[in-house]
Amino acid sequence: MEQFLQQLINGISLGSIYALIALGYTMVYGVIKLINFAHGDVYMLGAYIGYFCITNLNLGFFPSLLISMLVCALLGATIEKIAYKPLRNASRIAVLITAIGVSLFLEYGTMFFVKPDPRSYPPLTGFMAKTFRVGNLLITSQQILIIIITVVLMIALQLIVKRTRIGKAMRAVSLDGDAAQLMGISVDRTISFTFILGSALAGAAGILVGIYYNSINPLMGTMPGLKAFVAAVFGGIGIIPGAMIGGYFIGLVEVMVSGYGNSMYRDAVVFAILIIILIVKPSGLLGKETREKV
Amino acid sequence: MLEITNLNVHFGVIHAIKGISLTVNEGEIVTLIGANGAGKTTTLRTISGLKKPTSGTITFEGNDITNLDARQRVKIGISQVPEGRRVFSTMTVLENLELGAYLRRDKAGINKDYQMVFERFPILADRKKQMAGTLSGGEQQMLAMGRALMSRPKLLFLDEPSMGLAPLLVQEIFDIIKDINDKGTTILLVEQNASMALQIADRAYVMETGKITLSGTGKELIQSEEIKKAYLGG
Repeated sequence: MEQFLQQLINGISLGSIYALIALGYTMVYGVIKLINFAHGDVYMLGAYIGYFCITNLNLGFFPSLLISMLVCALLGATIEKIAYKPLRNASRIAVLITAIGVSLFLEYGTMFFVKPDPRSYPPLTGFMAKTFRVGNLLITSQQILIIIITVVLMIALQLIVKRTRIGKAMRAVSLDGDAAQLMGISVDRTISFTFILGSALAGAAGILVGIYYNSINPLMGTMPGLKAFVAAVFGGIGIIPGAMIGGYFIGLVEVMVSGYGNSMYRDAVVFAILIIILIVKPSGLLGKETREKV
Repeated sequence: MLEITNLNVHFGVIHAIKGISLTVNEGEIVTLIGANGAGKTTTLRTISGLKKPTSGTITFEGNDITNLDARQRVKIGISQVPEGRRVFSTMTVLENLELGAYLRRDKAGINKDYQMVFERFPILADRKKQMAGTLSGGEQQMLAMGRALMSRPKLLFLDEPSMGLAPLLVQEIFDIIKDINDKGTTILLVEQNASMALQIADRAYVMETGKITLSGTGKELIQSEEIKKAYLGG
């Protein structure tokens, strides 16, 4: 039981990271029906920006978090503008291939500048280095921080999407782009905004992983990116709460498989889940069956 | 008010609209009738700015709007109730109306217009908090119309408002269209239900395979033998 609870805490921490990344995948898919494979690399850049803020600029964790989110947001909007916007009327496969190209560009471009060797976040001090003991359970302050920050960001995201004008425009564009234009909504601006939101969340995930796992490298975005994609598909791609549920689910599965089974199998299990969803319920947990419009 | 001159629209190599010209004067109800695939919806989509024409001009209140995008056209007072209603299904009735007023900033005016829409369509007031996708076809049509009115259009396009509705409801929708027009909104109505459309229209155009083949006042066309044969089942 204790071991289970311990794994549960670890799983929720890891799941938070996946959920943050999965939100970006799902929102972008919602508005332009693109699986943005460069999204995992924005998360990697978030980790590096956080690293430079903390080590080179000697900033504290929270200012670094904000800067990381901000820079990633700008980066996301720029990527969209340069790489995807010119392809607005191109076939979906062309945009998808472009996304893979952007991903490789970001990975090896970063490697060129920061060298391929992993870097480690400086050891944490003060509150951040504390570990709490509840009975026989160990909870680190990084885990608490990850969980709290993720929840706060998710609430903020929900408020933006549900309450604000631009959030409503986002939902309208994702439901019916033409009808949204007839309301006077600018689809281009809405798409930019979606990239901004998604990338800011990925940036936050990047720096959180930096303080949690310590080690970062230019290719660190690939695997979590793919797993967050699985999470988004699991919850129903295009559906925001689905990405949150999916993220936590994948995080928990991965940790449980490592904890009780063999950690060698954890990636295999995650991708097996993807295959099963695609066979059993391709629209995902919260998705409705839809027929492709002709 | 609206003047289309020599408009051509292509989908790839398909020449969908072949040099049509039509005019809508302020205060009128003008209807565009014709069989399925004649190009009526494409014409509306082009005037709304969703589809770019290959050539031709569109002027609105004397200004050339051919190069404006959809958003700018909403801003100057053109609004459309699209074919198949196209309400935002997983948003509430109220949110749908709110999006109709997306470009407006006058809070007081918007609130007044919610009341105006709810008076015109009382059923929407009862269903304010309900998801638009759960409404019946007739209610969705009303919502789509209310949503279009929320932008305070000078010119309103309606694309097949009677599609898929029970006959009694069709009559009601047409009465409402007439009433909206009486209150000062100019209307361009696209319909397959030619007899209903001609009854309320001041003027009408008949479209066939991308061309306008006939035009005249509603009364004239209702009497026309050709129209009777082709569209009125007589």
